[in-house]
Amino acid sequence: MTDPVFGPAPDEDEPELVQLLTPEGERVHHPVFDLDFSADQLRGFYRDMVLVRRLDIEATALQRHGELGLWPQLLGQEAAQIGAGRAMRPQDFAFPTYREHGVAWCRGIDPVRLLGLFRGTDQGGWDPKDHNFALYSIVVGAHSLHATGYAMGVQRDGAVGTGDPERDTAVMACFGDGATSQGDVNESLVFAASYNAPVVFFCQNNQWAISEPLERQSRIPLYRRAHGFGFPGVRVDGNDVLATHAVVQAALQRARDGQGPTFVEAYTYRMGAHTTTDDPTRYRRSADVDQWKAKDPIARLEAYLRAEGLADDAYVAGIADEADELGVRMRRVCHELPEPVARDIFDLVHVETTPDLAAQQAAYDAHVASFAEVL
Amino acid sequence: MVTMTVAKALNAGLRKALEGDDKVLVMGEDVGTLGGVFRITDGLQKDFGDDRVIDTPLAESGIVGTAVGLALRGYRPVVEIQFDGFVYPAYDQIVCQVARFHFRSQGRVKVPMVIRVPYGGGIGAVEHHSESPEAQFVHTPGLKVVTCSNPADAYTMIQQAIACDDPVIFLEPKRLYHSAKADVDESAPAAPLWESRVVRPGTDVTLVGYGPTVSTCLDVATVAGEEGRSVEVIDLRTLSPLDLAPVYESVRRTGRLVVVHEAHVTLGLGAEVAARVTEECFHSLEAPVLRVGGYDTPYPAARIEDMFLPDLDRVLDAVDRTFGY
Repeated sequence: MTDPVFGPAPDEDEPELVQLLTPEGERVHHPVFDLDFSADQLRGFYRDMVLVRRLDIEATALQRHGELGLWPQLLGQEAAQIGAGRAMRPQDFAFPTYREHGVAWCRGIDPVRLLGLFRGTDQGGWDPKDHNFALYSIVVGAHSLHATGYAMGVQRDGAVGTGDPERDTAVMACFGDGATSQGDVNESLVFAASYNAPVVFFCQNNQWAISEPLERQSRIPLYRRAHGFGFPGVRVDGNDVLATHAVVQAALQRARDGQGPTFVEAYTYRMGAHTTTDDPTRYRRSADVDQWKAKDPIARLEAYLRAEGLADDAYVAGIADEADELGVRMRRVCHELPEPVARDIFDLVHVETTPDLAAQQAAYDAHVASFAEVL
Repeated sequence: MVTMTVAKALNAGLRKALEGDDKVLVMGEDVGTLGGVFRITDGLQKDFGDDRVIDTPLAESGIVGTAVGLALRGYRPVVEIQFDGFVYPAYDQIVCQVARFHFRSQGRVKVPMVIRVPYGGGIGAVEHHSESPEAQFVHTPGLKVVTCSNPADAYTMIQQAIACDDPVIFLEPKRLYHSAKADVDESAPAAPLWESRVVRPGTDVTLVGYGPTVSTCLDVATVAGEEGRSVEVIDLRTLSPLDLAPVYESVRRTGRLVVVHEAHVTLGLGAEVAARVTEECFHSLEAPVLRVGGYDTPYPAARIEDMFLPDLDRVLDAVDRTFGY
């Protein structure tokens, strides 16, 4: 489209999609983003994705059985999250949205702990410092600023560009295509660029912000927005675990080296609903879903593993058994998530509590005790 | 003993905090070479470097949100919001993020940070430069809110707020920045941060103010004293948590209470003080608790701001009314 005054619009051709594995499972190479993957690594990706998909399916089923109030489904985004999550080092820190079950898995968080927020037994049941994984962010985009600020702290600690792989640290801000419309995400891009902060903005473009399509968020490919802020952006096939891993690893290393922020757009598709309260048949066509089904991240890696002789029926069945065990455990342990202690809410508001809260707690205790006397 | 304005006292307090803990950071718009639009951070970047005193992009949500991340990394950011009316773009970060981190993480995560907000009117400013948003933050669980009315408090309270492990909204009465001047004994023991204080004893009626209205209350006490009325003046200092014990004690003696603030009267701090005093001191009250505050209008144009701000006459009138019951 050419404007009569301002001339031609930027190139609107479909952007290049970094890909290392075709939907058919054929390994292809990329001049910049390529890696040699070991057999263990490839099998590891497969196991991670199968187990995380099971985690997601199981949690969805638990919601259907009334055990969870809500569940945001991950289905279809396994490759993006495992590829990115496995590119992180222990000292790196991730700031997730509420759909980052795969990244959480890579950070060593027990899947059952993810359920507490949605079961209503807690508000994020893990210690962020133990896993270098922040609590889920419900306000999409708010946490991208926390990631950027944390990265500014990493800089101040001198933990970038030292060349020591144990010390140099990167931060990853995860968000979706919808969040890119938020002011906070844009402000985080400004801050990251201004301070050259070691943060990777990992955007999973799953095409839908609940029912709003990508076209309602952006007229240009999302990764190109980074250029306007003054740092690189790249689009990767988010259903290709190898490509996502290679690109995110390069971006994280760039951050660790002190080269500043990168925006990675993982181009993928949310196969499930936004959350279990949603009905995607109201706003999207089944033909689109079928088209993306053919790009399934797990199927394509399995095809590649089989072709390379790295997996056979027995191997695949073994992973499936492991997934069954995970499912059984999630169903069992979900009920055992500790109930919150009501009177504790007064203690958790501040580090140093206040006389008012202490008085309200005492009044609550007395109120509860008054029922005990009646009984 | 050094004579200081509130502005100088805050500057000295910030300097002390920066010297005492290398995790303390000052950040905000124009806080570096300019020293802030009110010069509160004057000279700090020169002495502590731009890694400790950080000029930020012009984005309030970004300033507060990145400060959260810095706090999570172990720093103690002191954020300057340039003017009260500009705190609203950061409102989501303050209310949904800063205030809740400790609670959401079940006590595992601390977000020690101070959000400094120059607030209140009386300086002839344009719109969005004279707001009193304290009730919005007092109404938010997880935040602590304080304000100072004199240089000595400014000097110590800013340091105490920075040392606090909880997030603190520090409201700086901008019309006192350069007008309130007093001796500050930098070595004197500080009053506890979360305590209000009787600044002038009296026996007939209690006046409660905070920040910019304390000096108005003191003026009222002087004038009323000439008319034979003994006015006790209490400076709240801490707005969340509210320390009303000295107020209860006072009202039990005087039987009369007037609360004075610049913020809109409806659902302002005065409403809370009135409700609590009614609960605690019902049988001691000789008159209903009265409030004098800003009207429930947006802050007006500077040429008529005097009609909006609680002044000597409006407060004196309220004092008179409490004797009419």
